Amino acid sequence: MTQDATGVSAPASVSALPARLRRIGWAPTVGLLAGAVYCLIPVVWVLIAATKSTAQLFSTFTLFPGSGLLSNLHDLSAYRNGEFWTWMLNSAFYAGVGALLSAAVSGISGYALAKYRFAGRNAIFNTLLAGVLMPPVVLAIPQYLLMAKAGLADSYWSVLLPSILSPYGIYLARIYAAGSIPDSLLEASRIDGASEWRTFRSVALPMMAPGLVTVFLFQFVAIWNNFLLPFIMLGDDSKFPVTVGLFTLLKQGAQAPSAYTLVVTGSLISVLPLIVLFLSLQRYWRLDLLSGAVKS
Amino acid sequence: MATAAPPPRRRTFRPAPFGFLAPAIVLFALTFALPIGYAGYLSFRKIHISGLGLGAGARSEGWAGLSNYTSALSDSELLNGTLRVLVYGGMLVPIMLGLALLFALLLDADKVRLRAFSRIAIFLPYAIPGVVASLLWGFLYLPATSPGYFLLGKLGMSGPQLLSGNGMYVALANIAVWGGTGFNMVVIYTSLRSIPAEIYEAARIDGASELQIALRIKIPMVLPSLVLTFFFSLIATLQVFSEPTTLRPLTNGISSTWSPLMKVYHDAFTQGDIYSASATSVVIAAVTLAISFGFLKLVGSRAYGEQQ
Repeated sequence: MTQDATGVSAPASVSALPARLRRIGWAPTVGLLAGAVYCLIPVVWVLIAATKSTAQLFSTFTLFPGSGLLSNLHDLSAYRNGEFWTWMLNSAFYAGVGALLSAAVSGISGYALAKYRFAGRNAIFNTLLAGVLMPPVVLAIPQYLLMAKAGLADSYWSVLLPSILSPYGIYLARIYAAGSIPDSLLEASRIDGASEWRTFRSVALPMMAPGLVTVFLFQFVAIWNNFLLPFIMLGDDSKFPVTVGLFTLLKQGAQAPSAYTLVVTGSLISVLPLIVLFLSLQRYWRLDLLSGAVKS
Repeated sequence: MATAAPPPRRRTFRPAPFGFLAPAIVLFALTFALPIGYAGYLSFRKIHISGLGLGAGARSEGWAGLSNYTSALSDSELLNGTLRVLVYGGMLVPIMLGLALLFALLLDADKVRLRAFSRIAIFLPYAIPGVVASLLWGFLYLPATSPGYFLLGKLGMSGPQLLSGNGMYVALANIAVWGGTGFNMVVIYTSLRSIPAEIYEAARIDGASELQIALRIKIPMVLPSLVLTFFFSLIATLQVFSEPTTLRPLTNGISSTWSPLMKVYHDAFTQGDIYSASATSVVIAAVTLAISFGFLKLVGSRAYGEQQ
């Protein structure tokens, strides 16, 4: 440790600090903490604002906790006989089932694209990927019109069906399958007489599991956070996911300020499941898959 | 970087991959290809009104030729919306990716404390829905509920008006910067981690400073990731919809046709003119695809090439 690599732009006074503190890279640490504070501001704000009554929300200093958390929760639960909780359950249903189906379809497609050579392979892959480039509104409006023709508009299917196919998911699953499944194992399974399906089921799928958890998480967040598709497809309040529900509540706030308190409390509760999922499954956020940096 | 599948050993036709791909192909046909085709079809249709347009049968759908396209392309609101989105994207993308790169380099620096905490905190906004992010920032922009305005007020100053006029661009860009920096940071950071440490050792022995290593080695090495994140950010920017839509109830500063996609939505559902909305959306899709392919061609095979 003879080199002084503290480098970037360490303060001049660094040499006066005790050795223990000198071993800290102050400039990068402080820079990162500033970023962390910026990113946490709205989260801290909503944590505090949710504790305030309607009157306190607009009158007391915003970072000073109020006394209304329990009554806010009570009001939110009482709103149209607990409609907020219906929205939460709907979101959990759309995101949970949609992401599960998406991971399954992505997994099997990614496996086929990574582990077989066949005519049209790249054409199919590129066509599926081109789906990423389609602006969602461009898709959602004709999707809605077609759903309406099929009698499915304003149904759970109308949100679930278009959420299953994920070009990102197929892309990730393909990279993951290419990097994690040795061809020799597949060959061995075939020589043992296993069918292609059985080879996939019992050899490839278990090896792809961590990658598929990643696909599931990405898609879960994408569907939970989706606003446009349900906004266009649904008219019935009781089928709304929480994003669309909160938006309709916010629109009411223009007339009734008490709705703002519900929006703030509802916003807090709506992000809790995602934050829990996010923190508890951290090791599965394999963004390295996105940059194609998987090593076999 | 990613290892491509090894060369094939057998070249006989096997139906298995097509069976495995069947669910994706069917879903693609139903939820992508069919709607896009339908939008294309609708864009050449319109309602013909016979007589006074009263009574059953007076309104019938028929061919419109290119009339929907000529009216879409000559609509000044589409052009204005595009310009607004370009201004918004021109602020957002460089700031977001600049911060993402800076934070990724800082995360990768030596002797950083609280590294895990900062990484998680900066990535956290990715998990928060755009609608909720817009709500939260919307309240932070409102002088009545914002701690920033409160503190400025105590100091005898008034903050900038972010929910009107040109402040709106800052307000919207900030929401997207907040939501997107962490995601891009982690993508870039992951690719920084894959650079072998020996390269840095060699550079240090040659007397390079940490800053020089960052500028001359790290940034060029993560260029493919930067290209990829730039590309996805660009696409996302052109498609902005939820954030301005969510801020609308809080301000008069955002029209219902603020962005091109909001205009499409407005035309289709508020005006009930699905035909001109379809023509506009086909134009938007064509421009998006042209930009995408042009961009990918421009950067060559660096970002995607390793996939093929």
